[in-house]
Amino acid sequence: MRYDATTANAVEATGLVKRFGKTTALSGVDLVARQGRVLGVLGPNGAGKTTAVRILATLLKPDGGQASVCGYDVVRDAHQVRQLIGLTGQYASVDEGLSGTNNLIMIGRLLGLPRSDARARAGELLARFELTDAAGRPAKTYSGGMRRRLDLAASLVGHPRVLYLDEPTTGLDPRSRADVWVMIRGLIADGVTVLLTTQYLEEADHLAHDIVVIDRGKVVATGTPDELKARAGGQVLQVSPADLARLAEVAALLAAGTTAEVVTDAEAGVVTVPVTDTALVPHLFRELDDRGIELAEFTLRKASLDEVFFTLTGHRADDEENGDCELEGSNR
Amino acid sequence: MTATAIPEPARRLSLLGGMRNAFTLTWRSVLKIRTNMEDVLGLSLQPIMFLVLFTYVFGGAIAHGSTHAYLQYELPGLLVMSVVFATLGTGLMLNQDITGGVFDRFRSLPIARWAPLAGAVLGDMVRYVISVAVTIGFGMILGFRVLTNPVSAIAGCLLLLAFALAMCWVSALLGLLVKTPQGVQVFGSLAIFPLVFGSSLLVPTATMPGWLQAFVKVNPITDLSAAERGLFTGGPVATPAVRSLLWALGIFVVFAPLAVRAYRRRT
Repeated sequence: MRYDATTANAVEATGLVKRFGKTTALSGVDLVARQGRVLGVLGPNGAGKTTAVRILATLLKPDGGQASVCGYDVVRDAHQVRQLIGLTGQYASVDEGLSGTNNLIMIGRLLGLPRSDARARAGELLARFELTDAAGRPAKTYSGGMRRRLDLAASLVGHPRVLYLDEPTTGLDPRSRADVWVMIRGLIADGVTVLLTTQYLEEADHLAHDIVVIDRGKVVATGTPDELKARAGGQVLQVSPADLARLAEVAALLAAGTTAEVVTDAEAGVVTVPVTDTALVPHLFRELDDRGIELAEFTLRKASLDEVFFTLTGHRADDEENGDCELEGSNR
Repeated sequence: MTATAIPEPARRLSLLGGMRNAFTLTWRSVLKIRTNMEDVLGLSLQPIMFLVLFTYVFGGAIAHGSTHAYLQYELPGLLVMSVVFATLGTGLMLNQDITGGVFDRFRSLPIARWAPLAGAVLGDMVRYVISVAVTIGFGMILGFRVLTNPVSAIAGCLLLLAFALAMCWVSALLGLLVKTPQGVQVFGSLAIFPLVFGSSLLVPTATMPGWLQAFVKVNPITDLSAAERGLFTGGPVATPAVRSLLWALGIFVVFAPLAVRAYRRRT
């Protein structure tokens, strides 16, 4: 396929396979990022997200399958692909010893900008990411949020058409995370295609138009956030008794009345269950009333992505927080 | 955003473009030296420490009480020693760039694959110049005198830089092979100490046992020290200088491609 700016898919990957020694990081991943949209690649630590991004950014060669960016093959036409992409890594990759300004000037010069243009572009991006005050300081003195913003600025120097954001908010406090989100939304408004990896369901829900859920090197689901939520039964019934001692009783009652799996959160005092048939709801309500269980909450709501993830993979998104994280780190 | 406004990406990078990349990254290395005071301090203090220690600890014993005579003998050797130790910096910086993720960014950019390596190596020339300048400058304060002529002395400096430019590819290879910056320090020192001390760099070799003399004879540091001595304080130059240059060429031809290959593998 040749270069065509009207190509509907900015990034296409089919059957990507990658092994590191005996571990298989990716075992046949397909994904598509549509032009001008945000694709969220969602999965727990060690799922293979970073490996996938590294292949799509020409940093790693796949052992199987193929991938293209705007029609250019990531292996055969790597040089062209590099002219189209911007990369913000999970391990923010700015030069710690250089100031914010010099980091950006360096990248501008590497991309072939004349000195004055590189300087102007650096100033423009530093202003946009609210780093002007810290522009002259070495990057090693920056806070986590500032470094992430500088990294984001660095990936934008060359006006990329496709931007890879590999866990852009991992390790940030909620405030800095919100700041980064605002900035990412600004980029989307500019028409850049974004491929975003995240282990935060909330982040994918907020930013992504389409979502690919990856678990253990495989795609387990694709769709829009709403489609995925619909797959988990669509609706969730959430019940909380006024007397927490009766939580188990409520759980048993809901389990008897529905076919789906009941989740009890003893700490929050809440029982949730996916509901496919909403006609059941009045029936359940009556039964609770018959037993004289006083209710603090009885809500029917859309499933959260968290619940979707649980339904799709059989484990919660943060289960493997400390388990497989070495896997993706080992290829560095 | 209109479809027609986007130029078709270039198919390949010209050699000139690659050289421009390398110079930009050289600028970065130099900038880093300037902003890293610890590095500059280490680079300047190490030759001073060598000079003071070797001149006054060994000088009297080796040169029968005349520290000045020993200074004249050892300084060309200490130039070699300081520069060889300074080449460790190349490996350190490459290793930090890889573990810190800076190379990932470089590799995602449409630049020449070899440019980051060349930039690190060329940028380090500045470090070697600092090291040589401090050694000669402080040596002169202690009483060292060039006994040949300025042209010979400059030729001596250039020969040192040429040799360092070759040696730093060994350091680069090391930086690419080991996992941590600490590893570069440890393995680098393990390799450098026998090379530096197992030579005529600090003392005449006559009292060394036969097996060691055999090593000393093939050690390139011996040739380089002899050439430097000839160029700064007089004596035969041609043979050791040519041998040093051949060694530099040989080291470069073997280790530069190995480093480039390790770089491609590692990243």
